[in-house]
Amino acid sequence: MLDFVQQLVSGIALGCVYGLIALGFVLVYKATEVVNFAQGDLMMLGGFFAFTFIGMLGLNYWIGFAGAVAAMALFGMLAERLVVRPILGYPQFSIIMATIGLGYFLRSVAGMIWGTDDLKIDTPFSQGVVRVGSLVLAYDKLSVIAATIILCTLLYLFFNKTMLGTAIRASSENMLAAYYMGIPVKRVVSIVWAISAAVAACAGVLLAPITFIHSNVGLVLGLKAFPAAVLGGFGSIPGAVVGGVLIGVIESMAGFYLPEGWKDVAPYIVLLAVLLLKPEGLFGLHIRKKV
Amino acid sequence: MRFLFKTDYEDDIRLFPHSGYVISYGVLFALLLIAPYALSSYLMSQLVFVCIYATVGVGLLILTGFTGQASLGHAAFLAVGAYTAAYLQQFNVPFPLYFLAAGLLTGLIGALVGFPALRLQGIYLVIATISFAFIVEEILARWESVTHGNEGMRVKMLYLFGSAVPRDSPAFYFLCLAVLVLTIVGALNLLRSPTGRAFVAIRDSETAARSMGINVSLYKVKSFAISAAITGFAGCLFAHKLSFISPEMFTLQLSIEFIIVILIGGTLSLHGAVLGAIFIVMIDPFLTYLKDDMPGVIAAISTTFGISKERAAHIQDNIAAFASLNGLKGAIYGVIIIVFVLFEPLGLYGRWLKIKLFFQLFPLYKRATFKRQKIYVKSERNR
Repeated sequence: MLDFVQQLVSGIALGCVYGLIALGFVLVYKATEVVNFAQGDLMMLGGFFAFTFIGMLGLNYWIGFAGAVAAMALFGMLAERLVVRPILGYPQFSIIMATIGLGYFLRSVAGMIWGTDDLKIDTPFSQGVVRVGSLVLAYDKLSVIAATIILCTLLYLFFNKTMLGTAIRASSENMLAAYYMGIPVKRVVSIVWAISAAVAACAGVLLAPITFIHSNVGLVLGLKAFPAAVLGGFGSIPGAVVGGVLIGVIESMAGFYLPEGWKDVAPYIVLLAVLLLKPEGLFGLHIRKKV
Repeated sequence: MRFLFKTDYEDDIRLFPHSGYVISYGVLFALLLIAPYALSSYLMSQLVFVCIYATVGVGLLILTGFTGQASLGHAAFLAVGAYTAAYLQQFNVPFPLYFLAAGLLTGLIGALVGFPALRLQGIYLVIATISFAFIVEEILARWESVTHGNEGMRVKMLYLFGSAVPRDSPAFYFLCLAVLVLTIVGALNLLRSPTGRAFVAIRDSETAARSMGINVSLYKVKSFAISAAITGFAGCLFAHKLSFISPEMFTLQLSIEFIIVILIGGTLSLHGAVLGAIFIVMIDPFLTYLKDDMPGVIAAISTTFGISKERAAHIQDNIAAFASLNGLKGAIYGVIIIVFVLFEPLGLYGRWLKIKLFFQLFPLYKRATFKRQKIYVKSERNR
């Protein structure tokens, strides 16, 4: 039983990691119907920025964290301006390809600048554990869980309670109609990219003590976060986190109870099964198509 | 400019619309036939890879370009074909037989993937094919009694009609070329048949296709099966060319490369698959060239323009250092993809069409002929 609970908790922590990255996917998708395959790489870049600020310039952890998030927000706007805006409104497949290209580019450029070694940041969460009974919880994992909850709540409130959030939702439903209503659609899209890159940077910094930072971390984790976003129904912020937690728990349970090799494929098997039964994901909306 | 006067449907679907086609393709074919006796062995080996990639590209074009179903799982189909060939070869099955088996089995698996794909669209289909590819990769790594797991499998030399065909011989090149040509001719014939028309109709509008009486599910599954089968045939040749296969060769990276092939080549027509394959395969020799010769050439040019010796040497060193940077290939891939998506969505073949039209209409060419129509996004969730 204790094993089970321990696996469950570490699965949830892992799942929150996926959830954090999936949040970025969902944000961009929700606003522009663009699937950003470079989301994981934005996360990786956020980690590297934080490493530059904290590890190389020797800034305080929190200042470095804020700096990395701000830098990534700017970078997100830049990427949107250069790569996504010119093709906004063209078939989705071209945009997917463009973001895959962006991912390739970021990965190899990051490898050229920061090298291919695993980098590490000293954080206030790096050491130390909390013991609850005989359960052992590490600070770094708890920090990820806490950050996920905070970010998710903030984003949920932002989307549902603020003017800008409503504008974003409106332009995702129908860009032309939103434009007629006086919403500056282009600026909205660029803000969304900034937010999603900032979320990715948060994920990158928080993951730094757990996974370390190297140029391929984004690809590996991004591909795991993808099923999480799909499982949650791609358009739903709570869905992304729930999907992430599900994937994380499935992965850690499969790693513990099933023979070797199941750990890596179990999330995908579950994903395929869910897609077969509910093609819109667990939290997806299904609206009949009008011709 | 030549104006074709078409009087019936047969004229419209002819493989060679006029004699110019026969001549230009005839010349191309003749050049390909003498290629092994004119090119270096390294370039020949690259040419074989061009043939294999182009075959996969044709398969992927049928599915993605003409039926409109995106797939990022074609590396898995290639793997199934390659492993089928390698496995059957152990039991001394003759080449034609296991070649066919590789195609058939992969086609069957393609159809099995096609059934669940019926319910999925757009991004969900992409994810499902990625998941499928991951699962296949893991099965290949774990099913050790058949695939030898991560140790990989050795592929023995190819024997065709009792004579050995080494993987770097001209005969092997001719075999790959024959497979490619047959695939292209077959695909062309398929695409001008009712089946091919149905594929295109599904791509353009599923609802419209259904209301015209096309059995959308059936044709989607067919498209998956045909595309997978072609990839399976290519997989068999791929295994022979590499003479060693292991699961980590068939990753998502390879699937993305295949997508790049058709993206760069252009999804308008089958020409795209071949042009894209040439482009992708030739990136490697190009990078080597960049690394070895380019710095010297540029330094020589800069000295002729009156730049001092030391400065030229400095430039040479800088360029050499840049060209041998780790991961330059990835960056180049990324930039190429983005540039093509942004500026040339019709691909190399589209560029060729534009150049051709420019000369045909000489002073009257206008850019707007190929302008893409921009649409304001309406939520796909409401579709």
